[in-house]
Amino acid sequence: MKRMICALFVLAGFGVTAAGAGVLDDVKNRGVLNCGVTQGLPGFSSPDDKGNWTGLDVEFCRAVAAAIFDDPNKVKFVPLTAKDRFTALQSGEIDVLSRNTTWTLSRDTSLGLNFVGVNYYDGQGFMIRKDKKVASALELSGASICTQTGTTTELNVADYFRARNMKYELVSFTTADETIKAYDAGRCDVFTSDVSQLYAMRLKLGTPTDHAVLPEVISKEPLGPVVRHGDDQWFDVVKWVLFATLNAEEMNITQKNIDEALKSANPEIKRLLGTEGNFGEQLGLTRDWVVRIVRHVGNYGESFDRNVGANSSLGIERGLNRLWSKGGIQYAPPIR
Amino acid sequence: MSRSAAEAKAAASPRRRRSLITDPRFRSVVIQAVLLAAIIGIGWLLFDNARQNLAAQKIVSGFGFFGETAGFGISQTLIPYTEASTFGRAFFVGLVNTLVVAALAIVLATIIGFAVGIARLSSNELLARLAEAYVEILRNLPLLFQILFWYLAVLGTLPGPRESSPLLGVIYLTNRGVLFPRIEFESGSGIVLAALGLGILLALFLRFIARNQSLAGSRRRRFRWLPLLLIIGLPALAFVAAGAPASVEWPELRGFNFVGGARVNPELLALLFALSTYTASFIAEIVRAGVLAVPRGQTEAAFSLGLPRSVTLRRVVAPQAMRLIVPPLTSQYLNIIKNSSLAAAIGYPDFFYVFAGTTLNQTGQAIEIIAITMAVYLAISLVTAIFMNWYNRAVALKGA
Repeated sequence: MKRMICALFVLAGFGVTAAGAGVLDDVKNRGVLNCGVTQGLPGFSSPDDKGNWTGLDVEFCRAVAAAIFDDPNKVKFVPLTAKDRFTALQSGEIDVLSRNTTWTLSRDTSLGLNFVGVNYYDGQGFMIRKDKKVASALELSGASICTQTGTTTELNVADYFRARNMKYELVSFTTADETIKAYDAGRCDVFTSDVSQLYAMRLKLGTPTDHAVLPEVISKEPLGPVVRHGDDQWFDVVKWVLFATLNAEEMNITQKNIDEALKSANPEIKRLLGTEGNFGEQLGLTRDWVVRIVRHVGNYGESFDRNVGANSSLGIERGLNRLWSKGGIQYAPPIR
Repeated sequence: MSRSAAEAKAAASPRRRRSLITDPRFRSVVIQAVLLAAIIGIGWLLFDNARQNLAAQKIVSGFGFFGETAGFGISQTLIPYTEASTFGRAFFVGLVNTLVVAALAIVLATIIGFAVGIARLSSNELLARLAEAYVEILRNLPLLFQILFWYLAVLGTLPGPRESSPLLGVIYLTNRGVLFPRIEFESGSGIVLAALGLGILLALFLRFIARNQSLAGSRRRRFRWLPLLLIIGLPALAFVAAGAPASVEWPELRGFNFVGGARVNPELLALLFALSTYTASFIAEIVRAGVLAVPRGQTEAAFSLGLPRSVTLRRVVAPQAMRLIVPPLTSQYLNIIKNSSLAAAIGYPDFFYVFAGTTLNQTGQAIEIIAITMAVYLAISLVTAIFMNWYNRAVALKGA
């Protein structure tokens, strides 16, 4: 009986995915891309006051939709908790998971997933009330720490304190909102998460300036979009959409100058924009796939500045996320 | 055609050859066998399909994860657990947390429920109305809301550890939990425990003598306070004799938090209060229904025999009411066990949260974990139901 129930559960989830041909064809037939995002993380994925989803992770899905449909609005955003995100992707409820998800070996292998790349290089940090007068994470021994369950964060914090023989109390919650609410109510001294998220969640606090982010970054958190294992064509499409946005920035092709760029004689730009070669068709898309992405969404740098960088309320430094040519580590393979 | 009619017909004409197809008994066996085979077949198909799809997607399956290092912290561990422990250990930590909150809530809900239920029947108008208001308010608000109310609106507004001042000089109420001094037993405290056991045994023996004497017709000897004195006095004497082998550890504010002493987390308190007060409102109604269902004639008969009111309640009304109360009470206990999984909303590390939440996410093995979770809740509930059914039989009408 137990087996049957468990198999029924499975059929509902996994059975469906086995039936379809390929995800790209499924998406084309469906006419809409299903994209898993957070339930509300300013800068990465959160609904604005009109109910439109905005953010860096949201715009990545819009770029994929633009490349396929020439319409960045043909995306259905599915808000997911950290806990539910992988099951949603495994079961085929979503086609892409673009939800500030850390790339780790076990997620890449035993969960049956593939990370397409990194759209934000992050690291884990700590936020604390300024009136606690703490200047370093090394002074946090004995503190109560709030975090979200089902994340790499709760594992890193355990490693960090254990390695330094420091005591702590971990209080974990299911959603980011519950976590920050508990921190705000004084249940914990410290809120820990990826640094970008600390800045984003700080905006949700009563007086953001009462809270400081400590200087220590205790882990590597390469965040990127994820697809299911087993469909190489779809894996390639999503991967190259990410690379295309980076290559577009590298060649200074922006939403504003895209029409002029189409007239460019530069062979690199011609290959990228499809005025030479049929690289888009090799992916199962159209020749002008990158033109569609840049026209509707913009290049990586534009998206970064608009959502988390200089032109946003978060104002996060580009840092590691600069292009390799400008001192960062964002680097995309060439299109040729 | 009913079976007995068919048998009668068959008996009436034994020689006539009858087709198996028209034999209702044979037919029903065949139909059931085919149905069973079909169900097993479909079940196997589903199971096999799942297995193949999992393998095709390279998703790891199996139960090997139980031995792997969990790596995450848990805020309330009643059995030894560190981040270096295994997922199997985390499984038991969660299970113990669920059992603790469910057991405490069952006891508390029963006490409150019986008190409120009896209060509703009181001839004191004010008391009865208050009890009615309690029932109507608590059973009509969603449980999740009540849990969040206790957690955020009541316990969340307590002062932080640095701002709190002790209640009665010993208990600290803070938004990190309730702290109180812990009695630390040292070696040699075993003798105190032995003395306590001896005291209880002696008290039971005295009670036995008293009962035997009253049954034998001789005037019942009353020991009054002697049993209580034995239970408290003997261990106290032993404690002094052993040279006070215990010390008190006081909670002390050091750095961010209190260190030492015993602490009850606000998550446990919020869940416990919400579960027990909510379920108590249902139990109160069950108790009221049970008492009211005892025919009035029973009470009147007892009174006319000259039994005092207290004896009537205890010996006549209560035993009959319990028969009606116990079966629906079992359902309420099962509800408490299942509702305790709402702990996830406030981060109380119960079984569902630790296992079907954190462990599922960190290992990604949804199917195995969901199946085990179902089996565990089923097992806890069935054990509770078996115990309550036994109790039900114990209070049921005997003989007849």
